[in-house]
Amino acid sequence: MKKKNKAGTFFTPVVAVTGIFLAVIVFVSLFASVIAPYDPLATDVNAIYAPAFSEGHIFGTDGLGRDLFSRLICSARTSILNAFLIVAIEVVIGVPLGLICGYYRGPLDSIVMRVWDVISAIPPLLLSFILIAVMGKGMMTGIIAIGISYIPLTTKTARSMIMTEKKAVYVEACKSMGFSDARIIFVHILPNIITPMISQFTLDIGTAITSMATLSFLGLGVQAPNADWGTLLRDGMGNLYNSSALLFIPAICVILVTVSINLFSDGVQNYLDPSSRKLPSFKKYEKKHGIKKLSAVKANGEA
Amino acid sequence: MSKEKDRQPFISVRDLKKYFCLDNYKLAKAKTRYIHAVDDVSFDIYKGEIFGIIGESGSGKSTIGRCVLKLIDVDSGEIYFDGKNITHVSRKEQQELRSRMQMVFQNPLASFDPKKTIRFSLEESAKVHKIKPEVYKARIKQLMEYIALPEDLLTRYPKDLSGGQLQRLAIARALMLEPDFILADEPVSALDVSVQAQILNLMLDLKEDKGQTILFISHDLNVVRHVCDRIAVVYLGAVMEMGTVEQVYNSVAHPYTQALISAKPKEHPLENKNHILLEGDIPNAVDIPEGCRFAGRCRYFKEGLCDNRTPKLKDIGNGHYVACHFPLGIDRSKTASDM
Repeated sequence: MKKKNKAGTFFTPVVAVTGIFLAVIVFVSLFASVIAPYDPLATDVNAIYAPAFSEGHIFGTDGLGRDLFSRLICSARTSILNAFLIVAIEVVIGVPLGLICGYYRGPLDSIVMRVWDVISAIPPLLLSFILIAVMGKGMMTGIIAIGISYIPLTTKTARSMIMTEKKAVYVEACKSMGFSDARIIFVHILPNIITPMISQFTLDIGTAITSMATLSFLGLGVQAPNADWGTLLRDGMGNLYNSSALLFIPAICVILVTVSINLFSDGVQNYLDPSSRKLPSFKKYEKKHGIKKLSAVKANGEA
Repeated sequence: MSKEKDRQPFISVRDLKKYFCLDNYKLAKAKTRYIHAVDDVSFDIYKGEIFGIIGESGSGKSTIGRCVLKLIDVDSGEIYFDGKNITHVSRKEQQELRSRMQMVFQNPLASFDPKKTIRFSLEESAKVHKIKPEVYKARIKQLMEYIALPEDLLTRYPKDLSGGQLQRLAIARALMLEPDFILADEPVSALDVSVQAQILNLMLDLKEDKGQTILFISHDLNVVRHVCDRIAVVYLGAVMEMGTVEQVYNSVAHPYTQALISAKPKEHPLENKNHILLEGDIPNAVDIPEGCRFAGRCRYFKEGLCDNRTPKLKDIGNGHYVACHFPLGIDRSKTASDM
C-alpha cells in the first residue's frame, strides 16, 4: 500500500525482467539438489563429451561424463552463496567500522583510513594472492580475501555518510536526551543512511561472483570435487576442443547473472535516489480521466 | 522585583567562555585564531520563570544554550544547576542531568528522526531513562491531551505532520521525562505567525500549570516580550543588558537595545517612530574590538573611554543590569565617575 503513494515506480521493465531472472536463478540454486536431473558428481563413461541438447543431457557432459546442467545449477549455489558471504563480510565489518570512524573521528579514524588506503592501493586480485599464499588455497580463504578487498570502499562510504548525517538536528536532539552513542549510531543514524548503500551492496554481489569465479578459474578458490562457476570455466577451458559448450554455457551464465545484477542495482539506485526517479507519465492520468492531451489543449487555445 | 533577590537561582552561569578554534596549528598554538562565540557571560535563571536570551544571528545565543545543556564543552566559567556545579561532571552524572534538562529545537521537522514514528520518538527517552511502560504510556496520553493533538498522530512519521503539530510534539517529547528545565532554541522562528501563538501560549501554560523553568532563545523582540519574564540582550557573545521585560522594553538603558527596539516595525501606520540606524556591520567575532564591543556603532561613543575599557555588567537598580559606560536615562556624569 505504501508503494502506491510513492511518486516513482520500482518495477520498471528492466528491473522486472532482471528481477525475475535473478529470482529464478536464486530459486534454482536453492533447490539445486531437487531440480538437478543427475548427481553433479556422478560419472558416466558411456556419455563422455555428450554435445549440448543431446538426449538426457540438455547441456551435454564433460570428460568424466558428468551432466553439465546438474553441475551448473549445483555450482550456482556455491557461487551465489560465496558472493553473499563476501558481501556479508564487507557489510558486517565495513559498515560499523565506517560508522564508528566517521562518528568519532580522531586518531582511530586516521589509522583505519590509512590502513584501508594501503589495502585499496593493492590490486584486489594481488591481495587475494597474498592472502592465499599466507593462508593456503581454498574456498574460505578466497572468500575472506575478496571480502577484505571490498571492505575499504564500504568503510569509506559509511564514513562519509555518517559525517554529514551526524550534523543533523535529530542527532543533537538524541544527544540532548542523553542517548548513548551506540544507540544514536545504530538505532538512529544507520537506518537513515543505509538505503543509498543498499544499491552498492547489490552491485557488489555481482562483482563478488566474478571475483570468486576468477579465483576458482585460476585454481585458487573452490577446490575439486566441489565446483563453482569459475571451476566450470576452468574445466571448460581445458576441454574447449572436445566440447565448446563446457566453456560457453558457464561463461554465458556468469555474464547473464552479472549483467542482471548490475541492471537490477541500477534500478534500485534510481528508485532510492528521488532525483533520478522516473515520475509517472501523464498519459495514464489522461486516459483514466478522459482528459484531452494538455499539449493539444494548448495548441487549440492558441489557434 | 526585589522578591527575586531573596530567591535562590535555579541555574547560574558565571563568566561563561566558549571559543571556537578557527584554524588549528598543531605546532604554533599562539598563531591559532579563535571565534569568541561567548565571552564572560553571567546570568541567573530562577525556578518557574521564562528567561529570554535575545540577539542577532551569530551573537552566540544558541552557543550559550548549548553550553548550559552541556551539549558542548565550556572553555572557562561555571554553570550551577539546582545549586550544584555541573561544569565538569562525569558521564554518569551527565546522563542523570540529561533527564532533568530537555531541549526544543528551531526546526521541528529536523529534530525528529525521519525513520521513526512519533510514538517511538516520544517513548524512546522514557525507555532510555528506565521509566516503567505503564507510567510513560499514561504520560503520553496525558501529554497528547495537554498539547491538544489526537492520539492517532502517534503512528505517523514526522514528514506527515505540519510544523506546528511537530513543534507541539517536540515540546511533549521534552516533557516526557518531567524535566526541571527546558531550553527552547528559537522554537517558533521556523513556524507561521498563526502557529507561533499556539506554541508560545503552550509555553506560557507550562509555566503557569507546572511552574516550568524555560530558557527561551529568540531573535524576535515581540515573541520575547510576550512570553518572557526576564531577558538578556546579547551582542557579539556578551550580555549588554539584562532585566525584567518591563525594565528592558520600557526603560531601555543600553544604546544597542534601544536600536534593536527601535528597529521593530511600527504597530500602527500613523505611529510616530524614529528608527535608529546602526552604522556598519557587526564586528568580526575573531578580532573583538578593544573596549566596548558596541563602541564602533554606538551613537554615544566617547573616545578614550569606550574604545579603551570594557564596561562591566552592573546593576542600575532592581536587578536591571547594563554593560555600558553611559547607560541611557541615567545622569551621565554620575555613572562615568562611578567607574
